Amino acid sequence: MSTSLQNLVNRPYAHGFVSDIESDTAPKGLSEDTIRLISAKKNEPEWLLELRLKAYQQWLTMTEPQWPNVTYPKIDFQSISYYSAPKPKKTLNSMDEVDPELLRTFEKLGVPMNERAKLAGVAVDVIFDSVSVATTYKAKLAEVGIIFCSISEAVHDHPDLVRKYLGSVVPVGDNYYAALNSAVFTDGSFCFIPKGVKCPMDLSTYFRINTENSGQFERTLIIAEEGASVSYLEGCTAPKFDTNQLHAAVVELVALDNADIKYSTVQNWYAGDENGVGGIYNFVTKRGLCKGVNSRISWTQVETGSAITWKYPSCILRGDNSVGEFYSVALTNHRQQADTGTKMIHLGKNTRSTIVSKGISAGRSNNSYRGLVRIAPTAAGARNYSQCDSMLIGEQCGANTFPYIQVNNPSAKVEHEASTSKIGEDQLFYFAQRGIGAEEAVSMIINGFCKDVFQQLPMEFAVEATKLLGLKLEGSVG
Amino acid sequence: MIYQDSKTLLAVRDLRATVNGIEILKGMNLTVRSGEVHAIMGPNGSGKSTFAKVLAGHPAYEVSAGEVQFDGSDLLGLAAEARARAGVFLGFQYPIEIPGVANSQFLRLAYNTVQVERGKDELDPLEFDDFVREKMKLLEMNPEFLARSVNEGFSGGEKKRNEILQMALLEPKLAILDETDSGLDIDALRIVAGGVNQLSGKDNAIVLVTHYQRLLNYIVPDYVHVMDAGRILKTGGKELALELEARGYDWVAAEAKEQAGARA
Repeated sequence: MSTSLQNLVNRPYAHGFVSDIESDTAPKGLSEDTIRLISAKKNEPEWLLELRLKAYQQWLTMTEPQWPNVTYPKIDFQSISYYSAPKPKKTLNSMDEVDPELLRTFEKLGVPMNERAKLAGVAVDVIFDSVSVATTYKAKLAEVGIIFCSISEAVHDHPDLVRKYLGSVVPVGDNYYAALNSAVFTDGSFCFIPKGVKCPMDLSTYFRINTENSGQFERTLIIAEEGASVSYLEGCTAPKFDTNQLHAAVVELVALDNADIKYSTVQNWYAGDENGVGGIYNFVTKRGLCKGVNSRISWTQVETGSAITWKYPSCILRGDNSVGEFYSVALTNHRQQADTGTKMIHLGKNTRSTIVSKGISAGRSNNSYRGLVRIAPTAAGARNYSQCDSMLIGEQCGANTFPYIQVNNPSAKVEHEASTSKIGEDQLFYFAQRGIGAEEAVSMIINGFCKDVFQQLPMEFAVEATKLLGLKLEGSVG
Repeated sequence: MIYQDSKTLLAVRDLRATVNGIEILKGMNLTVRSGEVHAIMGPNGSGKSTFAKVLAGHPAYEVSAGEVQFDGSDLLGLAAEARARAGVFLGFQYPIEIPGVANSQFLRLAYNTVQVERGKDELDPLEFDDFVREKMKLLEMNPEFLARSVNEGFSGGEKKRNEILQMALLEPKLAILDETDSGLDIDALRIVAGGVNQLSGKDNAIVLVTHYQRLLNYIVPDYVHVMDAGRILKTGGKELALELEARGYDWVAAEAKEQAGARA
C-alpha cells in the first residue's frame, strides 16, 4: 500500500475525551443481588424484577456465541459494573439546570441539544450513561398522543404498554447478549405512536458511553399502532478508553396493521487505536416485528465505530403484504472487526424484503456480512432482493459474505447479488492525474459506493454520515 | 507546429526509472517546446508507456537518475496531483473505471480543481453542465455519458473520447496521449484526432505515444522519436513515421548500434 493511502486511513478519533462528572456506580459483578439493586434503584414494579430475574436465570444456562467471524479476549462479566448514573446535583426542571460539564461534552460532540433540537425540529432524548437526563419536545409530541420518553419513565407512567410489548419481539432468552440485557438494562428509549398518527418530526437519540468499565445495556422499544408512522434516528459516539467496554443493547420494534417504522442509525463509537487497543464491543440485538398487514419496517445503519460489531437488525414479516428493508454501510479500519447483516423472516403472504449492504474495509480490519433470508411455508408469493457489495482499501484488510437462504415455499422469489471492488493505486492515480488529491478521491469513491444507502437516510443524517465516512478515512496525505 | 519564438515546455535529461527494481528508462532525453507535436514510437516493451507514467508521477515508478524541467521548474519533486494542476495531462492507454461516481461529478471536480489552481472561478453544477455539453459536441459524445459512472461499461472508443473530453476541459500545457488510437475504429479515430487538433495551439504541446503511423495521418507531428530499450534512438520529421511503417523498427536499432560502434 502506498504511503499516501496509509496516511489516509489513519486519522485519530476526534471524540476521545472523558467528562469529569461524578458517577453513582454500582460495585462490579453480576448476581441476583445486582439485579435487585438495579431494580430497586429504579423503583421498578415487581413484574419487571421478575422478568429480569427470569432473563438472568436463562443467561446463566447459556454460552457466548462462537460463530461470528471475530476474535477477542474472553469477557469477564464479573469485572463489569452494571449500573452507573450521573449524580444529579438536584432535580432537573429545565435544560438550564443540566450539569454544565455535561452540556460541554455535547458541545464537543457537536450536539448542542437545545439549540440543535429546536432548529432542526428534532426531539433529542439524550442518554448519558444509562440514565436519561432530559427529554425535549415531549409536550409537543404528547399533543398528538405520541409518547417519547426514557424506558424507565415509561415503566412508571405507561406500565401496561411496556408490559404488553417488552420482550414480545426479542424474548428474554433469545440469545446470550439479549438475555444479559434483559437482566440488567438500565435505560433506553420508549416510543409509542397511537393509531392513525404520523409522527410530525424525526425522533432522535444520542447515546454516549462515559464511565469507564460501565457496561451499557440500553433497551429501546418502539410501537406503531394501526396506520401510524415514525422515523427514529439513533446516533452514537463514545470517549477514548484503553480498556474495552461492553455494549449489549436490545431494540424492539412493533408495527401493527398499515404501520410504518423507519429506524436509522449512525454509529461512531470508539474503535480502539491503530493497534486495536481499547474500543467498544458492540453486541446488539435489533429486531422488528411487522405484526399487522401492510406494515413496513426499515432499518438503515451506518456503522463506523466499535472494536467489534455483532449486529443483525432483523424483520419478522408476519402480517400479509408486510415489507422489511435493511440498508447498511459498515466501515472498518485499523484492527476493527465487524460481523453484521440482517435477518428477513417471511411468514405472511406476499411479504417483501430488500437488503442492500455495503461493507468497506481498510487498514487491517475484517468486515463480514452475514444475512439470513427465510421463506416459511406460509409465505406464498414472498419476494426478497439482496445486494451485498464489499470494498477493500489497501492490501491488509478482509471482506467476507455469508448469505443464508432458506426457501420453503415454491412460489417465492429470492435474488442475491454480490460484488467486491477495491480502491487501489491505479484508481487514485487516475484521480491525481486530474488534479484530485487522495482524500477527495477516496471520499468520492466511497460516497458513490454508499449512495444507495445514504439515499435512505433522513437528509440531515445523510450529510452527517457522508462527513463521518470522510473523517474515518481521511488523514494527512503525505 | 514549430514556432520561432516558442519556449521550452519540457526538458528531460538522462532520465532513468525503475519499477519493482527493474530499470525501464535508461537515459531518456527529450525537449518539447510550446506549439510542438511530438510522436514517440517504438516496439512493445521499449518503455514508451513507462515514460508517460513517470512524467505524470505514477507512484509505482521510481526515478533513479536524471532531471525533468516543466515550464521552467522541477517536475519530479511534485506529487501527481500537483503536476496535473501545473498543466501536465496524461491521456490513459487504459482509462480506469470508477463505479458509483458519476462522470459529470468527476469531470466537474477535476475542472474546478484546476480552475482554483489558476485563480479562476469554479462552476456550479448547472453552469458546468452547459459548459461540458459544448465540449462534448467537439467529440460527438452523447450527453448521456455525463450521468453514467466514470468509464464504467464504456466501450474502448468511448473511454478514449472521455479522455480527450477531459483534456478539453482541463486545457493542459502538455498533453501526453498514451496510445489514444488503440481500440478506435476509423470513425472514432477521426473524431478523437479532430478533437486533439482543435485543442492543439501555440501555447501548449502534445506528445503522442503510439505504435502505428495511422494516427499520425490525422495528427501530424513535428518530430518523430523512435524509442527502444528505455531511450530514444532516433529522431526525425513526420516522414520518419512512414519509413517505420514500411521498414519496421529493427533497422533503427541496428543503425544506432553501428553508430555507437563507429564512435568507439
